[in-house]
Amino acid sequence: MDEKKLNIKLKIWRQSGPNTVGSFVDYNVSISPDASFLEMLDELNNSLEKNNQDPIVFESDCREGICGTCGMVINGEPHGPLRKIATCQLHMRNFKDGQTIWVEPFRAKAFPVIKDLAVDRSAFDKIIQVGGYISVNTGGVPDANSIPISKEIASEAFDSAACIGCGACVAACKNGSAMLFVSAKVTQFALLPQGQPERQKRVEAMVAKMDEFGFGSCSNTYACEAECPKGISVVNIAKLNHEYRLAKIKSKNVEV
Amino acid sequence: MGWFWKFTNSSIGKKLVMSITGILLIIFLIIHLAGNLTLYWGEKAFITYAGTLELLKPLIRIIEVLLALVFIFHIINGVRVWWGNKKSKPIDYKINAKFKNSSIFSRTMIQSASIIFIFLVIHLDTIWYPYNVGTGAENLYGIVTSLFAIPLYSWFYIFAMVLLGFHLNHGFQSAFQTMGWNHKKYFPLIQKIGTIYAILMAVGFASLPIYFLYFHGR
Ligand code: SF4
Repeated sequence: MDEKKLNIKLKIWRQSGPNTVGSFVDYNVSISPDASFLEMLDELNNSLEKNNQDPIVFESDCREGICGTCGMVINGEPHGPLRKIATCQLHMRNFKDGQTIWVEPFRAKAFPVIKDLAVDRSAFDKIIQVGGYISVNTGGVPDANSIPISKEIASEAFDSAACIGCGACVAACKNGSAMLFVSAKVTQFALLPQGQPERQKRVEAMVAKMDEFGFGSCSNTYACEAECPKGISVVNIAKLNHEYRLAKIKSKNVEV
Repeated sequence: MGWFWKFTNSSIGKKLVMSITGILLIIFLIIHLAGNLTLYWGEKAFITYAGTLELLKPLIRIIEVLLALVFIFHIINGVRVWWGNKKSKPIDYKINAKFKNSSIFSRTMIQSASIIFIFLVIHLDTIWYPYNVGTGAENLYGIVTSLFAIPLYSWFYIFAMVLLGFHLNHGFQSAFQTMGWNHKKYFPLIQKIGTIYAILMAVGFASLPIYFLYFHGR
C-alpha cells in the first residue's frame, strides 16, 4: 500500500513528573491520514521505544469516544479542532501535510500534570463520590417503568447524562471551572424522580467539593460547551446555579 | 449566618453577587442615560432635570448610598472572582485558541472593568464631587460642558463608554445565566436584547462628548 502519508511536525509537552519543569519537544512523524490522533502517538511511541527513549505518556481507554479517558489540548483546543468528538475520534486527515501540531496537557490547578500529557483528574471522582449517585434500597428488583417519566424529561436527563467526565470543559475554561461537568451531573438527577430525595444535599455537597479542589468560578464564556465532546449545553450550568441557590435557601443544612 | 457567608463565598455565590449587583447597575445606567440626554435640549432642560433631582435630595442621597454599595460589591467581588479564577488556571496554553470557543467580550471583563473603574473615579471627581461637595452654587451644565470641551477628557470618556458597551454585552446575558434564567425559548432573545442594550448605552453616553466637542455651538 503506497497511500500518501502525511508529514507532521509535532511539538509535544514533555514533563517527567508532577513537580518537574516541562518543555516542548519536537518530533517529526510520517503518518497515514486514516490514523487516529492516538494511533499516531502510538506509532511515535513505538519508534521512541525502539530507540530506547522514554515514550510519551497519555491516557486512553475505549478509543470510541465514550469513556472520557483520553484528552489533550491540540493546537489550543481540548480534543482538537473538531467539534463534539474526543481525541480518540480525531483523525490525522483533518490536518494538512507539513502542518505543525502543538500538543499540551489539560491545564488547571485542580488537574496537576502526572507525566507528559497525563493529568490527575481524580478531583472529578471525588466530586462524584459526594453526590453523583442516588441511594436505592436493596431488595427485589422493581418492575420496569413503575415510575412514570415522560419521554421529554427522560431525553433531557439523558442529554445531561451524556457527559463522559473527560474534563475538557475544565481545560477549555479560562477560569479552570468545572461547572459544566458538575452541572451535567446535578441536572441529570434533578430532572428525574429518583434524584429527588437527595436533591438539595447533592448540589450543596458537589459544589462545596468542587470549590475545595480550587476549580474556578464560571464567568459564562461558554468555551466549555464549544469544546465538550458530548455537546453538553451551558443550560445545565444555569440549572446548577438555580438548584444551588434554591438548595441554599431551602435546605436545613447550615454546615456546607 | 455562617451558611450565608459560605454561600456568598462559594464559586456560585460570588457569581450571584455579580449578577444581582449587575442587574441593578444595568437599571441604574438606563436612568442615568435618560437624565443625561436632556443635555441635548439645552441648558434649561438639563438644569430643570438636575433641579428636580435637587428637590428630591434626601431620597437621592439614600439612593446614592445604596448605589455606592452596589458599585462597591460589584467591584470588590468582581476582583475576587477574577483573582480566584486566575489561581484556578495558573498555567496558560502555549497555543491559544480561545477566539474559537468564546467571545472577546466574555474574556475581557476584567480589562473593560478596569477602564470603566478609572473612568468612574474621574467621573466622580470631576462632576459629582464639584457639584455636590463643591461650593454648592455650581452650575451642573457649566461643569459638564466645560469638561466636554477638553478633547482628552472627552476622548477618554468615549473610549470608556465603548468598553462599557463591551462589558454590558457580556454582562447582560451573563447575569441571566447566573440567575439560572436560561430558557431555550427566551435566552436567544435575552442575548439580543443585551447586545442592543449595550450598543444603546455605549452610543448614548458617548454621543454627548462627541456632540459637545465637535457640534455644539458650531
Ligand atoms: S461536560 Fe463535556 S467536556 Fe465536561 S467532562 Fe462532561 S463530557 Fe467532558
